[in-house]
Amino acid sequence: MISEKDITDFIYREAELLDTMQWQAWLELFHPEGRYWMPLEWQQQDPVLQPSLMYEDLLLLKVRVERLAGERTFSQKPKSRCHHLLQAPSIVACDPGAGVFKARTSYIYTETRGDTLERYSGWASHDLVEVGDALKIKLKRIDLVNFDAPFGNIQLFM
Amino acid sequence: MTKYGRNAQAIAALVREAEVHRDVYVDPEIFELEMEHLFPNSWIYVGHASQLAKSGDFITATIGRQPVMASRHSDGSIHVFYNRCPHKGVKIASEPCGNTGKFFRCPYHAWSFKTDGSLLAIPLKKGYEGTGFGDTQANAGLSKVKNVVIYRDFIFARLSDNGVSFEDYFGESLSTIDNMVDRSPEGKLAVQATPIRYMHSCNWKMLVENQTDTCHPMVAHESSAGTAVKVWKREQGDATETPMAVQLYGPFMSPYEFYEQSGIRIWPNGHGHTGVANSIHSNYQDVPGYLDQMVAAYGEQRAHEILGEVRHNTVYFPNIMVKGAVQILRNFIPIAVDKTLVESWVYRLVGAPDKLYERALMYNRFINAPTSIVGHDDLEMYERAQEGLKSNGNQWVNLRRLYDDHEEPDVTAVINGTSERQMRNQFHAWAKFMTMDMDKDMDKRIEAAE
Repeated sequence: MISEKDITDFIYREAELLDTMQWQAWLELFHPEGRYWMPLEWQQQDPVLQPSLMYEDLLLLKVRVERLAGERTFSQKPKSRCHHLLQAPSIVACDPGAGVFKARTSYIYTETRGDTLERYSGWASHDLVEVGDALKIKLKRIDLVNFDAPFGNIQLFM
Repeated sequence: MTKYGRNAQAIAALVREAEVHRDVYVDPEIFELEMEHLFPNSWIYVGHASQLAKSGDFITATIGRQPVMASRHSDGSIHVFYNRCPHKGVKIASEPCGNTGKFFRCPYHAWSFKTDGSLLAIPLKKGYEGTGFGDTQANAGLSKVKNVVIYRDFIFARLSDNGVSFEDYFGESLSTIDNMVDRSPEGKLAVQATPIRYMHSCNWKMLVENQTDTCHPMVAHESSAGTAVKVWKREQGDATETPMAVQLYGPFMSPYEFYEQSGIRIWPNGHGHTGVANSIHSNYQDVPGYLDQMVAAYGEQRAHEILGEVRHNTVYFPNIMVKGAVQILRNFIPIAVDKTLVESWVYRLVGAPDKLYERALMYNRFINAPTSIVGHDDLEMYERAQEGLKSNGNQWVNLRRLYDDHEEPDVTAVINGTSERQMRNQFHAWAKFMTMDMDKDMDKRIEAAE
């Protein structure tokens, strides 16, 4: 039976995989139909007919991960690194009967490359499903507090 | 002591037949002169009339670095002003868009202006009686940008009082905007989405040049588009349909021969486009119902003409690029000599199926976002160029691909699609619009000094 602690442990584990650049293990956290979404509008409802920074399925996330390791990926010479500082996730739903597991996590995200360091703040919303005994990501939604500001390259995952 | 100020000759010398001096990208004085001469002398995109649907609607923009705003007046007319109160210079509007109601009101001292810019009221007006206020520029209200043309809902402005007329400036290049608008069965576009904004640590002209650089995609984007093609081949299994995402990424990996034969068309005044015969946008899957709508609206022949014109990137000199086939406009806004804000707008084809809007929005976030892997490839190149050009070992940037010494400036021509001629065309226009008012300025300054 999935507990609230399982949800928070899942979220901490996910951040750890990203911070230690275990990209393949991170991809395995996604449900085959899972999505990673970064909206571009305040309280956005529609990822398809409203503009987003990212709305990607597993195929596109695999492309990103494979690209990061590419011999001719010049924007990764030198490589980027990232750091997630998470507030304790707040559980939005934990309903094993209905199979609904949702949490919202406030975070500060740092991405560095060479001599530059950029910080971003926002909220990550996890919509998880149970597959076998494990949780998988159906939707990870990233709402930046300044989603409408012009950023330079964001190459890793929040 | 300035190197280039008041010196039209020195500026013109930066542009050779097929080379440009690196100062055009790295010299802060050149950037200041671009703000003072090039941008005011050129026709600059301000916004789209659909953003000003109702009376009192306004948008803000910059021309060069100068803040401007456009508004819809109660009689339906559109006006463009400098975005500053005539009193103390406070910006009247600070948001990208909004509705001001019947009048603008300066938040500092409550001077108010009608939506056509004229002065409406000043508190305690009697304090100005007998002061000569009526003779000041402030009495006229918000300073107007006089040269404004709205072409098929695209609002362009030229700040200089004198210069090339809109029709002469753009000429036949307007055919790309025509094609984009005609792709709506109602002949109408609408802005319904905030633009994707992306900050670039490089000179604005590098971005403009890259729009017609057809020899970089298969190299610089091997990492993104190439990986997308590779991963799809591996993962597709027995899928019968290529996902929209792979349809969009895949053509970036087309070989040189594809770009060679697809061609480039150049026009006078620095405009030009890639993808004459066909383009990377030619082979997208048909959207059900769309062709029928177009045939119903335009007739069989005209509908096929419109949809058969699948241009790649059209550069409108100096600083926008339009993609008619996917309804995107990129605005390369200069911030500093080594800093450029890119705003990428999507237009919805009014009356067309949602799928086309979905595709345009997808293309925009795949290619033009700070989270775009194609964008990462490009920005890396621009930033390396911005750094590399500080080197004194070679002070010239080479634009000689397919150069022929009989090339005439300011002509219309269709040429091999891997030519760097459109870049040469842009720099010819650059020198022209940088210097066209300099001699007159100098004359005025000399007169004033005498």
